[in-house]
Amino acid sequence: MKAFTTHRGLAGPMDRANVDTDMIIPKQFLKSIKRSGFGPNLFDELRYMDEGQPGADCSKRPVNPDFPLNQARFKGASILLARKNFGCGSSREHAPWALEDYGFNAVIAPSYADIFYNNCFKNGLLPVVLTEEQVDILFNEMDVEEGYQLSVDLHEQTVTSDSGHIFSFELDEFRKECLLKGLDEIGLTLQEADAIKAYEANRAEQHPWVFGAIK
Amino acid sequence: MAGRTLYDKLWDSHLVKQNSDGSSLIYIDRHVIHEVTSPQAFEGLRLANRMPWRLDTNIATPDHNISTDKTERDAGVAGMSDEVSRIQVQTLDDNCDLYGIKEFKINEMGQGIVHVMGPELGATMPGMTVVCGDSHTATHGALACLAHGVGTSEVEHVLATQCLVAKKMKNMRVTVDGIVGAGVTPKDVVLAIIGKIGTAGGNEHAIEFTGSVFRDMSIEGRMTVCNMAIEAGARVGMVAVDQKTIDYCKGRQFVPQGEMWDQAVEYWNRLTSDEDAQFDTEVAMHADDIAPQVTWGTSPEMVAPVTASVPTLQEQSNEEQRKGLERALEYMGLEGGQAIESIAVDRVFIGSCTNSRIEDMRAAAAVAKGRTVASSVKQVLIVPGSQMVKAQAEAEGLDKIFTEAGMDWREPGCSMCLAMNADKLGAGEHCASTSNRNFEGRQGNGGRTHLMSPAMAAAAAVAGHIVDVRTFDGGVE
Repeated sequence: MKAFTTHRGLAGPMDRANVDTDMIIPKQFLKSIKRSGFGPNLFDELRYMDEGQPGADCSKRPVNPDFPLNQARFKGASILLARKNFGCGSSREHAPWALEDYGFNAVIAPSYADIFYNNCFKNGLLPVVLTEEQVDILFNEMDVEEGYQLSVDLHEQTVTSDSGHIFSFELDEFRKECLLKGLDEIGLTLQEADAIKAYEANRAEQHPWVFGAIK
Repeated sequence: MAGRTLYDKLWDSHLVKQNSDGSSLIYIDRHVIHEVTSPQAFEGLRLANRMPWRLDTNIATPDHNISTDKTERDAGVAGMSDEVSRIQVQTLDDNCDLYGIKEFKINEMGQGIVHVMGPELGATMPGMTVVCGDSHTATHGALACLAHGVGTSEVEHVLATQCLVAKKMKNMRVTVDGIVGAGVTPKDVVLAIIGKIGTAGGNEHAIEFTGSVFRDMSIEGRMTVCNMAIEAGARVGMVAVDQKTIDYCKGRQFVPQGEMWDQAVEYWNRLTSDEDAQFDTEVAMHADDIAPQVTWGTSPEMVAPVTASVPTLQEQSNEEQRKGLERALEYMGLEGGQAIESIAVDRVFIGSCTNSRIEDMRAAAAVAKGRTVASSVKQVLIVPGSQMVKAQAEAEGLDKIFTEAGMDWREPGCSMCLAMNADKLGAGEHCASTSNRNFEGRQGNGGRTHLMSPAMAAAAAVAGHIVDVRTFDGGVE
């Protein structure tokens, strides 16, 4: 898995609460059997004026000039500033795949939906939780300053703005470690193979109906 | 020792290892697989030269993107008209064949929406941990399972290790006491709960639904409720085991028989929260306060009784709410203060993992019987949740009732709930839908979804607009 340690980059806005994963990547793009290539269809319905189809050349589609991320000043944004309950709804991991493929390395929001939050860590995308007030400050600074950059340091668990704000954030120790080192989580779990087998042996004795029924 | 909640018990009984960093290794008993979120997981296994840890845990079926049109379905996977979807379903078939995973193929008896199929086959049983690459996996919690959706990386993790690395959630109890009135269904109860706690109200929690309303509810009704726990932000929704749970499981295909059945029942009957168990968050409601519900906006929390009006900007307490409402009203093409019953519908969808079980079909048929679809309504899709539901409904003659009313009786699948196949709304069209999400574009680019119960959706089809099923056309039981 891709590691995340520190990142400095241009911030871009998604200024609404409860952004759902259907909005992040609409259903028609879920027909792909690949893990990559979703970036051009990130926020598809907001970003383009027409209806997107899988495989279509997005460079020829009419873009929505009112969608902030389409504006020149946010071109190349790699840190998404968002509002509360970001990523609610469907469990589709295509949502973090699309954000990552577009070029985002981190999202900053007051809160996330649980499944989306979890999915981000599997893809080297850091979902930072700050308070609503702190996120407001960043939005306000971004509004008035073109080329607004932020620095995110996972090791120190801080978000720093050039204006001098240093905001600390919390996250679980195991998620931090995996992301810092880009660890293969499946490989780590397989190191516990003996414990899993012991659990299964015990369980098969207690609850035998859990095993063997489906053939 | 303090009493434990149902969730605590399910968690404890699946704990393989508690790590020092606060994470845990949790064992997964049942893994349900479909075509959309699994191909990249199988590909990941192959790239790492790994094999599935266990085969008898997995059960697969295509549901999300398959056609519900009989002619196209009869042509099987090879006859799927959407080439991209065909490849995805073929990939599921190929992966299941390659690894020897049990799959109910596209037209096989047993196939259906994953969350309809699992319980009806007895593949999900009380006390199990159940995961699937789909957020509505909480449905299985109606059988006192610890069930939740996962992303594709975790689908791969479960395939490879039979475990997940997890952190324990907080306990929430939602209690609804009293007796629901006529015309008020499980869908109305869960929509009212979401309206009360909001779409993020259950974040980081596992919800247990308790109280007389859920005890009186059928298992299918409990599935409707648990299904939508995620719409309140909770990955997990559960109802404790009672005699109804046991009766529901008995005799199903993958459920044990004889001595092992007795042993299982003895264990299952202990799957309730202890009297003195502590919950981190408590929510209480009363059945008397719940009328048939309809969503008017673009989030399931934007919901109101059918007798109410669309909220106005003036009623909003802060700028953020005002902005959210303004955007929702613009998308939905509605005016603040407009009566909900005045909203005309262009299409009706009765189906989805929320409301496509036999009881839902019966409830819709009870309204449709002897009536006809309003001429202004372009299409009414009735999509049974599984081949078994379809067969049962046809045995009861429900399909005839629907077709005589001018409704389309379709083949099982997810259909217009997420519109990955040809069943979708056109831009600007209003839909009375029994599904679970009214997000922008969910049922088709620019489509406008109104979530409600099957009876309410059938009534809207007949009336041509949203209508209170309790009073419409002389009243319906």
